[in-house]
Amino acid sequence: MRTKDLVATAISNTFRSKLRTTLTVLAIFVGAFTLTLTNAVGAGVSQYVDAQVGALGSPDVFIITQASDATTAGDGPVKYDAGSSASVSSQQGPPGTTTKALTDTDLNKIGDTAGIVSVDPIRAVQPDYIEYGTGTQYEFSINATSAVTTADLTAGGQLDGSASEAQLVLPDTFVTPLGFASADDAVGASVSIGITDILGEKHTVNATVVGVSLESLLAAGAGANDALIAELADAQSGGIETAVTSYGVAVAHFDTALSADGVTALKADLATEGYTASTIEDQLGAVQTVINGIVGVLNAFAVIALIAAAFGIINTLLMSVQERTREIGLMKAMGMSGGKVYTLFSLEAIVIGFLGSAIGAGVAIGLGSVLSAVLSQGLLSGLPGLNILLFEPTSVAFVILLVMLIAFLSGTLPAQRAAKQNPIESLRYE
Amino acid sequence: MDSEWVIDAQGLEKSYGSGASRFDALKGVSVQIAPGETVAIVGKSGSGKSTLMHLLALLDEPDKGTLQVTGQDAKSLSKRAVNELRNKEFGFVFQQFFLTPNVSVLDNVILPLKIAGMGGKERRKRGMDVLEQLELADKAGNKATTLSGGQKQRVVIGRALVNAPRVIFADEPTGNLDTATGAVVEDILFELNHSQGITLVIVTHDEDLAARCDRQIYIRDGLVVSQTTSNHTHSPHTGAHALVTPEAQTTAGGAA
Repeated sequence: MRTKDLVATAISNTFRSKLRTTLTVLAIFVGAFTLTLTNAVGAGVSQYVDAQVGALGSPDVFIITQASDATTAGDGPVKYDAGSSASVSSQQGPPGTTTKALTDTDLNKIGDTAGIVSVDPIRAVQPDYIEYGTGTQYEFSINATSAVTTADLTAGGQLDGSASEAQLVLPDTFVTPLGFASADDAVGASVSIGITDILGEKHTVNATVVGVSLESLLAAGAGANDALIAELADAQSGGIETAVTSYGVAVAHFDTALSADGVTALKADLATEGYTASTIEDQLGAVQTVINGIVGVLNAFAVIALIAAAFGIINTLLMSVQERTREIGLMKAMGMSGGKVYTLFSLEAIVIGFLGSAIGAGVAIGLGSVLSAVLSQGLLSGLPGLNILLFEPTSVAFVILLVMLIAFLSGTLPAQRAAKQNPIESLRYE
Repeated sequence: MDSEWVIDAQGLEKSYGSGASRFDALKGVSVQIAPGETVAIVGKSGSGKSTLMHLLALLDEPDKGTLQVTGQDAKSLSKRAVNELRNKEFGFVFQQFFLTPNVSVLDNVILPLKIAGMGGKERRKRGMDVLEQLELADKAGNKATTLSGGQKQRVVIGRALVNAPRVIFADEPTGNLDTATGAVVEDILFELNHSQGITLVIVTHDEDLAARCDRQIYIRDGLVVSQTTSNHTHSPHTGAHALVTPEAQTTAGGAA
C-alpha cells in the first residue's frame, strides 16, 4: 500500500465513527488548547520582560550596592563604626533587609577596580510636578537609573549622557495631558519641572524633551540625563553640600571588551571588596526564572490533560480495532502486511491527535488574540507594550507535534493488536 | 512438472491446541490442483475443509507436509513474498461479505489493488472494468451497505477478481444467499473460470454446487475420503492427470 493511500485511508477511517472520533478529539482539544494558551502566556510575558530588559539594557553596566550584611536575628546589634557604617538606607535591597549605603570612599574604591571604566552614584530626585508652557501641572517622577538605560521609545531619540543641556524622555501618558498634539509634537519642546528643596523652597528647572517612551514595568517615571539629574539634585539640596554624601546604589560602566568570564571575574573582585555587582541581565534573570516556573506549572497541567486524552485515544482505537476485526483480517488475507496494518492504525491515532491539536491551537489563537486585545485595553492597560498572549509559530507547531507524538504513542498498543491479528481468526464466522 | 499444478500439496497436517484439547484438523491431506480447474472441497462442518482451504490459500501454515504454489515452495517464501502472492495470484470470496461499510462499492472492489500499491487512476479504471463486467457499474458510487445480498456477493466477487488472480478461493460462496441469487453468483464464478481460465477452489457442503465443479474432494475427519470427477463438456482441463486414490495419497503424504 502506498503511503499516500495509507494516509488517505487513515483519514477516512477516522471519520467513520464520527461521534467517537469527535469525543476523542475534544479530549485532545482541551489539552492542546490549554497548552497553547499557557505557552502563549509564557511567551507573551517573557517577550514583555525581554523588551523591558532591552529598555534597561546597557550590557556594560553594573548596578552596585554594598554587600548586604546578613544581620539576621540572633546576631545581636552591630557596633557602630563611624568609618564604615555610614548611613543605612536604601530601597534597593530585598524587602526585609537593609543595605548599607555607598559613600564617596566606596565609589572611589569601585572606580579604582581594574576593568571598571566609570562609576556614578544614582541620585534620587523627587520632583513635584511637570508643566508645559502655562498648562496644568502634573505630578511627576524621574527614574533614577534612566541615565544608563535605553528607553522603549515611540518618538524622538535617547538621552545623551554627555550633553550639558538638560534632557528628558517623557512617558507617553504625559503627552496629551501636557497639551501636545502627538508624541512627535512633544519632541524638542521645553518643559519645566518643579521641585522643592530640603528647606521647603520651590524651584523650577527647564528641560528639553528629546524622546517619548512607553511606560515601562521596571523603570517607572520619566528619563533624565546626567545634566538634568545634577541640576535637579542641586536644586533639591538647596545649596547645602553636606546634605547627602551617601547613595543606595551606584552604576558602574565596565569595559565592553570584557568577555562573559571577565565580567564574572570582575563581579568576584567587587564581591571581595564588599560590593554586590549585578548586571541588568542578572536582575531580570530572576524575574524570568519566576515566570518560567509559573508557565512550567501551567504547562504541566496541560500535559496532564493531554495524558488523560491519550487514554481516550487508546480506548477509541482499541474499540475501533475490535469493531474492524473482520476488515483487518480481510486486508491481511489480501496480502496487507502486519507492518502496514500497524502503520494504518498509528496513522489513525496521529490523525486524531492532529485534529485535536490543530483545532485546539487554532481556537486558542483565535480566542487568545481577542482576549489579549481586550485585556490590553482593560485590565492590563497599565502595562503598555504587554501582549499577555503571544502565539509564536514555532511553539504552536511544537504543541501540535507534541500532541501528535503523544497520539502516536497512544496508538501503539491498539495498532500492535491490529497488526498481530490472525486473518483466519478474524474471518471465522461460526 | 511442478508448474503443471497451480497448487500441489502433499501430506498436509494441521492441529490446533495441545494436550487434552488438541484437535487434529488435518491428518495428512494431499491435493493437486491444475490451472483452470474447478475443484470443490466438500465436507461437513468440522471436517477440516476450511482449514485445508486456509492452508492452500497460504493464510495458515501446515504443521507438516509440503505445499507448492505456482511452482514455489511455500515454506521457502518470505512473509512478504507470501503476502504478495496472495495479493497478486489469489482472490477470496467468503460466505460473509466482509464489505467495508460506509465505503463506496468501487472502493471496496479496489481494496486489493490499493494494498498492492497501484496508482489511483489505474485502480479506478480496473475497478470500473470489473464492475462493468458484473453489471454493477451504476452502483459504483453507492455505499456497500445499501446493496442487496446478491449485489453484495457480486461486489465480493469483483473484489476477488480485480487483481486478475490465478486462483479464486470461495468459502461457501452461496451459503448466505437464497437459491435464485445463489445460482446467479455460481454462474458468474463458473463463467469466470470458463472465459478467463481462473482456477476455482470452492469449499462447500452444497452437493449441487460441488457437482458443477470438475472435481470434488471429499474430506472427513481431516482426511480425503474420496475424489470424483464430473464430465463437463466445457471443462478446460480434460483430466490429463491421473487421479490418485485417497488411500494411496494419504500414504504418500505421510511418507513425505
